[in-house]
Amino acid sequence: MSTLEIRNLHVSVETDSAEGREILRGVDLTIRRGETHAIMGPNGSGKSTLAYSIAGHPKYTITSGTVTLDGVDVLAMSVDERARAGVFLAMQYPVEVPGVSVSNFLRSSVTAVRGEAPKLRTWVKEVRDSMAALEMDPVFAERSVNEGFSGGEKKRHEILQMALLKPKIAILDETDSGLDVDALRIVSGGIESVRAAGQTGILLITHYTRILRYVKPEFVHVMAGGRIVDSGGPELAAVLEDSGYDRYVKTTEPAGTAA
Amino acid sequence: MVTAPIHNDSRDGSSSASGAAGSAVLVPGSSTGSPLGSKPGVSAGTGRPDSRPRLVRSRDPEAHPVPTGREEEWRFTPLRRLRGLLTGPAADATVEVSVDAPAPVTVEHVGSGDKRVGRVLTPADRVAAFAMTRAEDVVVVTVPAEAMPDEPVVVRVHGTGGTVYGHLVVEVGAFASATVVLDHTGTATFAGNVELSVGDSASLTLVSLQDWDAGAVHVGAHAARVGRDARFRSFTVTLGGDLVRLSPTVTYAGPGGDAELYGLFFTDAGQHQEHRLLVDHGPRSCRSRVAYKGALRGEGAHAVWIGDVVIGADAVGTDTYELNRNLVLTDGARADSVPNLEISTGEVVGAGHASATGRFDDEALFYLMARGIPADEARRLVVRGFFAEIVDRIEIDSLRERITAAVEAELGGAG
Ligand SMILES: Nc1ncnc2c1ncn2[C@@H]1O[C@H](COP(=O)(O)OP(=O)(O)OP(=O)(O)O)[C@@H](O)[C@H]1O
Ligand SMILES: [Mg+2]
Repeated sequence: MSTLEIRNLHVSVETDSAEGREILRGVDLTIRRGETHAIMGPNGSGKSTLAYSIAGHPKYTITSGTVTLDGVDVLAMSVDERARAGVFLAMQYPVEVPGVSVSNFLRSSVTAVRGEAPKLRTWVKEVRDSMAALEMDPVFAERSVNEGFSGGEKKRHEILQMALLKPKIAILDETDSGLDVDALRIVSGGIESVRAAGQTGILLITHYTRILRYVKPEFVHVMAGGRIVDSGGPELAAVLEDSGYDRYVKTTEPAGTAA
Repeated sequence: MVTAPIHNDSRDGSSSASGAAGSAVLVPGSSTGSPLGSKPGVSAGTGRPDSRPRLVRSRDPEAHPVPTGREEEWRFTPLRRLRGLLTGPAADATVEVSVDAPAPVTVEHVGSGDKRVGRVLTPADRVAAFAMTRAEDVVVVTVPAEAMPDEPVVVRVHGTGGTVYGHLVVEVGAFASATVVLDHTGTATFAGNVELSVGDSASLTLVSLQDWDAGAVHVGAHAARVGRDARFRSFTVTLGGDLVRLSPTVTYAGPGGDAELYGLFFTDAGQHQEHRLLVDHGPRSCRSRVAYKGALRGEGAHAVWIGDVVIGADAVGTDTYELNRNLVLTDGARADSVPNLEISTGEVVGAGHASATGRFDDEALFYLMARGIPADEARRLVVRGFFAEIVDRIEIDSLRERITAAVEAELGGAG
């Protein structure tokens, strides 16, 4: 059973001032393989910061706390080592990589994560089937990574990668935002099939409850001001749907300029 | 990327490491007596008004003034690192030249007084003039009319140190089709010209590889004249050397000519690599495409790309586009990119250019690494992708592989 444990995580972001700005102020969270957690919270509460910090983005500095995967220190690993250890981040804003084709990228990534190059014949079929499940046109395989992709196409491409990499822990940062209803259904279907396989712990970061109608979390957390300020079951999402984040925002210090 | 169609402004025409800029200079109705050299209207980018002295064109070295380094043509070049080539030191060495020529291509070794020397190239600077007059072993490669050799002509120039002057003439007869590979290796202080004459309806592909060892200095004028309805493609690949300064020029002998000039350079720490292109559209209905891509890495790496396109008053129906893109991989490297377009007729099919210099994208690196790809492999993927547009056009498999391997070797120690 794979477990990602986040303990008392404090994170600052590099700013022009020397000491930086503290964004996360002591986050505790445990995600086990097969579980689905949702983190909800207002803009600027630190959700993406948590996601990037776990993935190892150089802009974020861990000032205290620990992140472990099955007891192994994740924070000591380089970005690529974390991915190979089984941590996956679907980004809120996936990056364009001009000149590198999707097919070349996927193959390089899968080869690195699985530790060996996939057999050509099964690989071609695997990619084709996974793309078909996400209703992605096969021509995307020959395009440069994320270059000129629409918002929805980028999100599908992120979920495609998750499906191929089969991570132990997947953090999906606002994968639902910017999707129309059809795209949301398709992307949710992709997440559901990874979840149904039971091999992945999912941390779904979202601003809206909309996606939770398709992907049903067992645990819902509320983040505000750089902390998890409330946790509960799916019923908490329903409460948030009705009353929003107001009461959390008022009772916590905002993280800087949080809206 | 900044693209500038002809009806554009004439703001800063140079771009360097951190920024990107392009410029188009539209000079309706300007008449240039000698389009080579004088550049009325190119003022915004270079700070040079119309009064710039005309370029001297002569094979006599002494007809060319000794540059001070302030001239437009020399301002980017570190003159002290030319090892005296501007003063024409006596040759004190030779380069090993070997030529593989498939039948019916012929190869001759002649003196610099041969009548085929200077037919296409009239030197525009002292170094080219010295190379033309001092080269002791002028190699003349002739592809007879209508010949279509299957294999490329390969000219290997291997330096073993010392100062050397060289001159290569390639004449391709009408309706012939050939590929010439010019492969520079070893080390030398080398002033070497290339003259290419592409006959009417003929086709020539030139691959000039500057794969020098670290200490080499190479200054060269590569002049091509493209015949009526002829086709010329060139690949200028500069990987090594301490200082490489090449001036590829294209002129057209008649309408319907087509020139594609591709370039790839990898400028490493301390290297100066300069490519100064001039495409001179004299006759009507000719086409030109220029695409040079460079990667720079390390302290003191300096790449210079100058792309001059001149469209004369009679060159109606001209179709031209030039592009330079530079990828700066580390701090301490500098790329200068100066496209210039000078147009004396309004009746063109197309005339544009783009110049962009960008940093290696750290967010792209993060993205690839977040998918498990190690940093050095991620850099290779991005740089290989960046150069693919140029490399993939080279039709000789072994060359393509060699260039790819060389680029990856350059990246090997990237940190
Ligand atoms: N590079 C940075 N420089 C300065 N401040 C930053 C930087 N990155 C994040 N922040 C700040 O940290 C806070 C948290 O940002 P984060 O992106 O984690 O929020 P979020 O919860 O994901 O918001 P959203 O719902 O808008 O995606 C915000 O106030 C943001 O402005
Ligand atoms: Mg966010």
